[in-house]
Order: sequence, then C-alpha cells, then structure tokens
Amino acid sequence: MTSMKKDIYGLLAEFDTPTELVDAANKVREAGYKKTDAFSPFPLHEIDEALGVKRTILPFMVFGGGVIGLLSGIGLQWFVHVWDYPILVGGRPYFSIVSFVPASFELTILLAAFTAVFGMIALNGLPQPYHPVFNVPRFALATREKFFLLIERKDEKFNYAETKSFMESLNPQEVFDVEE
Amino acid sequence: MQNAEDLKAIQRRLQPPMVEGEHTFATVSDKISDLTLKKKTPFHWFIGFGIAFLVAQTLLFTVVYLVTTGIGIWGNNQPIGWAFDIINFVWWIGIGHAGTLISAILLLLNQKWRTSINRFAEAMTLFAVACAGLFPLLHTGRPWLAYWLFPYPNTMGMWPQFRSPLMWDVFAVSTYATVSALFWYVGLIPDLATLRDRAKNKYFRIVYGLLAMGWRGSARHWHRYEVAYLLLAGLSTPLVLSVHSIVSFDFSVAQLPGWHATIFPPYFVAGAVFAGFAMVLILCIPLRRVYKMQDFITHTHLVYMAKVMLATGLIVVYGYAMEGFFGWYSANEYEYFMIKNRIWEGPYWWFYWLLILCNGMSIQLLWFKRFRESEFWLFVIAVIVSIGMWLERFVIIVTSLHRDFLPSSWAMYRPTVFDWSMFVGTLGFFFTLIYLFVRFVPIISIFEVRTLLPQANVHGHQQEFDENVLEADDAHAKK
Repeated sequence: MTSMKKDIYGLLAEFDTPTELVDAANKVREAGYKKTDAFSPFPLHEIDEALGVKRTILPFMVFGGGVIGLLSGIGLQWFVHVWDYPILVGGRPYFSIVSFVPASFELTILLAAFTAVFGMIALNGLPQPYHPVFNVPRFALATREKFFLLIERKDEKFNYAETKSFMESLNPQEVFDVEE
Repeated sequence: MQNAEDLKAIQRRLQPPMVEGEHTFATVSDKISDLTLKKKTPFHWFIGFGIAFLVAQTLLFTVVYLVTTGIGIWGNNQPIGWAFDIINFVWWIGIGHAGTLISAILLLLNQKWRTSINRFAEAMTLFAVACAGLFPLLHTGRPWLAYWLFPYPNTMGMWPQFRSPLMWDVFAVSTYATVSALFWYVGLIPDLATLRDRAKNKYFRIVYGLLAMGWRGSARHWHRYEVAYLLLAGLSTPLVLSVHSIVSFDFSVAQLPGWHATIFPPYFVAGAVFAGFAMVLILCIPLRRVYKMQDFITHTHLVYMAKVMLATGLIVVYGYAMEGFFGWYSANEYEYFMIKNRIWEGPYWWFYWLLILCNGMSIQLLWFKRFRESEFWLFVIAVIVSIGMWLERFVIIVTSLHRDFLPSSWAMYRPTVFDWSMFVGTLGFFFTLIYLFVRFVPIISIFEVRTLLPQANVHGHQQEFDENVLEADDAHAKK
C-alpha cells in the first residue's frame, strides 16, 4: 500500500469558525468516517450530532454514586447508634431517622459529586499527558481560538491521499499530518 | 422597519451584552490569560499581597498562642459559651454561599451573566470556607484531636453522636468544602490547558500542563465534561441550601429563645447569599478596574448583583420582622423577653439597631438607579452589608445567650484582643489567598466567556434572535 503512510496517526484539518467545523464534521460523517474527533476551545453542542457522539453513561454512574452514598450514610448511623453502641438520648429511638437525614444527605451529595468528577475524568481517559495531536504545532491554538477536525488512520475508510484530498475539499485553513 | 442602529439599541435594552467591546476568541483568551502569564507582576500586587500577608500573621500568632494556652484567651464565658468563634464561622461560611449560588444555581437557571464572575466567586467560596473551618476547629480547644469528630473505628469503642446538629455541621461543611473544590477544579481544567499552551515559561508550562491533565478540547471530552458540570451544579444546589440550613440548625434545634425558631433555615440561607453577593461586589469592583476587565465584568453584571443583593436583603429583613412577630405572638414570656431585651431593653440594643441600619436601611438605596448604577455606592453599600451580616450573627448569638432562662447566670460578653486578632487575621488570610489566586489562576472563566461571543453561535443563531427582536418590537409598537 503505497498510498498509506505508516508513521502517521491521522489527518487534522484546521478551521476558523465553529460553523465551518460543524459543517465539515457533518460531511465527514456522511462520507462514512467513524474514527473521527473534533477539537474546539469551548463546548459546541452541534458537534455531538455532527460527529455522532454517543450520550455518556455518566448520569447513571452519578445516580449510582448517590445511592451508595445514601445507603452508606444510613447504614453507618444505624451501625453506630443501633448495633454497635446504642445510647439512649432524651428518650429518642435508637434509630432516629429524622436526625440521621443531614449526614445521609451530605454523603449522598459527596459520593455523587465524586462520581461525577472522577467518572468524567476516567471516561475521558485523563490524565493523558501525551496525545499525537499535540505533535502538530498549530494544535496549541485549539485551546485559544481555532477548531480542528481529526480523521484517524485506524479508520476503515482511511486512505492517505484520498482522505487528504477529501479533507482539503472541506475548505479548511490547512490540513496537517499528525505524526504518531 | 427599523434600521440597523435601532435594532442594536433594542437588542441592548432587551438583552444587554455580557461581553463589551470588539472581541474574538483569541483576544478573550489572551486578555484573561495574560494576567497570569505576563512576566511582570504589577507593583500594586506586591503592596496588596504584602499587607494581606502581614495581617494574616496575626492569625498565625493568635493560633499559636491559643493552641499553647487554651481558649481561655477568648472572651467566651458562662453563659456565652459561643461568641466570636461561631459568629465568624457563620459569617465566613455565609460569604462562601454566593460563590456556589453563582456557579451552580445561576447555571441551572441559564443566567449567562454568571459566566464572567463564577470563577472568582467560587475561589471566594473556597477561601471563605477555609477561614470558616478554622473557628470550630480551634474552638474544640484541642484541634489535634478534631479527627474524633469523624466516625472511625477506634480503641475507645466510641462513636460520634449523629443526633447532634454539631455532627451534621461536620458532615455539611466538609462535604461543602470538598464539592466546592471539585467544582472549581473541573471548571478550571480547560483554562489550565489554555495556560499550558500559551505559557512561555518552562515551569509554568509544566505545572499548568500537569494540572490540565492533557486536556485537548476533544468533542467527546467536552460532551462528558458538560454533563459532569451540569450534574455538579445540580448537586451543589441542594448542597448549598442544606449547608446553611444545617448551620442554622446549630441554633434552632437548641431550646434557647432567639434561636429556637422555624424561620431559621430559609432566613439563614437568604442571609448567606446576601452577605456573599456583598463580598463578590467588594472583590469585583476593584478587580475589574485594576485589571481592566470591564469588557467581561460589565456594568450590567454589577447592576444584576445589586438587584440580587436587594432581593435577598429584603428576605432577610422579613426574617427580622418575623422574629419579632414570633416573639410577641408566641405569648411565651421567655420569647417575648428575648425580643424586648434584644431590641430596646437589653444592654446590646444598639447592636440591633446598627444591624437594622446596615442590613435593612442601607439596601433601600438600591431601589434607585442612581445608587444601583454607581460603582462607588455599590461598594460602600456592600461593605455596610458585610458589617451588617456580621452584626446579625452577633445579635443572634450573644444577645440570645447573655440573658437566658435563669437571671442568676446572666452575664455580659466582651471580646478580648485575641478574639479580634483572630477575626482580623482570617481577613488577612482570606485576602492573601485572593491575591495568590489573582496572580496564578485565570480570574475569569476563559472558555465560558468564549461561548458568550456572537461568533460562538453555529449557523448564526444570533441572526434568528435579531429577527425575533424585530418581530417582538413590531408587535409592541402596534399595541
């Protein structure tokens, strides 16, 4: 395969505006590319649809974290005040559920928040200090003002020459080879 | 049909721009990140930081003396077992609440103006909670044993008492501090990546690079990021309301007249937001001037904050009125005595009237455009409100305690120099942290300000908006 460069990770196209990026991403999806990604300096809701980004399972994980927090809060207080060391305070029942609400509530929030943050970081595969796209010097602008679209070499449809000319047809500022 | 200039004027009136001036993604990124990355730290920063740092030393000194001697160096006595330590705790934690309100509740309500103030409001939350936490910690007298407050299996076979509001406080405040820090950090990740990519200095690049964790702005990452951020906002909203409710339970669950009132949780939460917005104004009025951030923290922002301050202030005033009403209507002699003692008969009556002056009267000026739109007056009113909210806690705590059920145990409370040095010291500590924050972290959320620019709209949604404005205005004219 002479047309396939072995040492590259993919091709990266640079755009000036979010609209151009979303339009290009739509065309890339319609052309049948699957292993694609877009990079922008701020979240773009339209890009999810254009690239076919799947909805994250994070909310379910967070719900699970919250439930675990709630149960551990109630369980802890039950263990402390009913099972391990029951003390009669002012004639209140050992299992004083009303008094146990605040700590259980706080633990619910705490574990749900931990799940939201660390779940997001883990699902995103961070921390990831190295990624091939950082090899493109212009990519530093992805966190400042520019918009980038990536097609990975691993994509089934990827063919260096064809893909490159296809990306150039999307009207980008420039198309870069991303070195591995 | 209007011409283009009319259109602009109408649009400005209906939806004031959140970013003034001509900005692009690049200028927004550069202007905000340059504050952190520019090599030369301005001279006034050193002066301000130096003063704050010196004042913070009084805290260090007081804490050392306190830990080596005991809390007898404070003016607390019987029956006023709680005084400056809890006043300052509640004051600081209340200030923190505006940060969470801005970052979480206003996000859920889709209030775009929160975007340019949420970063430093959240920083303010963190630092205020740090100051707040010191007081109960040191009030334990033996802070090195403070971990006993957490439930852990120990050789004594003892557990903390979960039926006590003080335990609820431990859980609420520690959760609040943790979640606020997480929220702040998550909001910072994309901006840390901007700093990493723009830093010229090698060490800055390494440090910001480590903190940014390799963020590259991938669409898939942004998707999960936004979901996580929204969920955090949804979790922080009940959290912040619960924290000050639980703080108010410290009082309202007790039997003492002046504390034992059902109005406490909402009244404390409103007071917290009120005090917090005052502190946000105190910080942001000089900050936007000194760092020339008027394009991002616009005049409109200040006016909105003034309005929130007025609204929450009125809720607080309603709380004062209801406290008085309850005292009278309860027909309970202890309750009624407490009100009389607090307002006109007791030795601390003038604290109450000072409080009404600061929190009730001063904010009435905000009804008038002239005061609401003047930076000078906003700053003055914000300072007065901060003092007023401190007085409120003094009135609730000290005047309720010093005349309890049994006249033989009545006493007076006078703060000692160490009460004051500790309080002033936390102010120094707070401003030291604020100065460090301003120097090393972008004070405005860069990536969120980018989304406010008209260029950020895909396929010109702004244009649709223009058309809607025209239609609405035509309809209005026909009426």
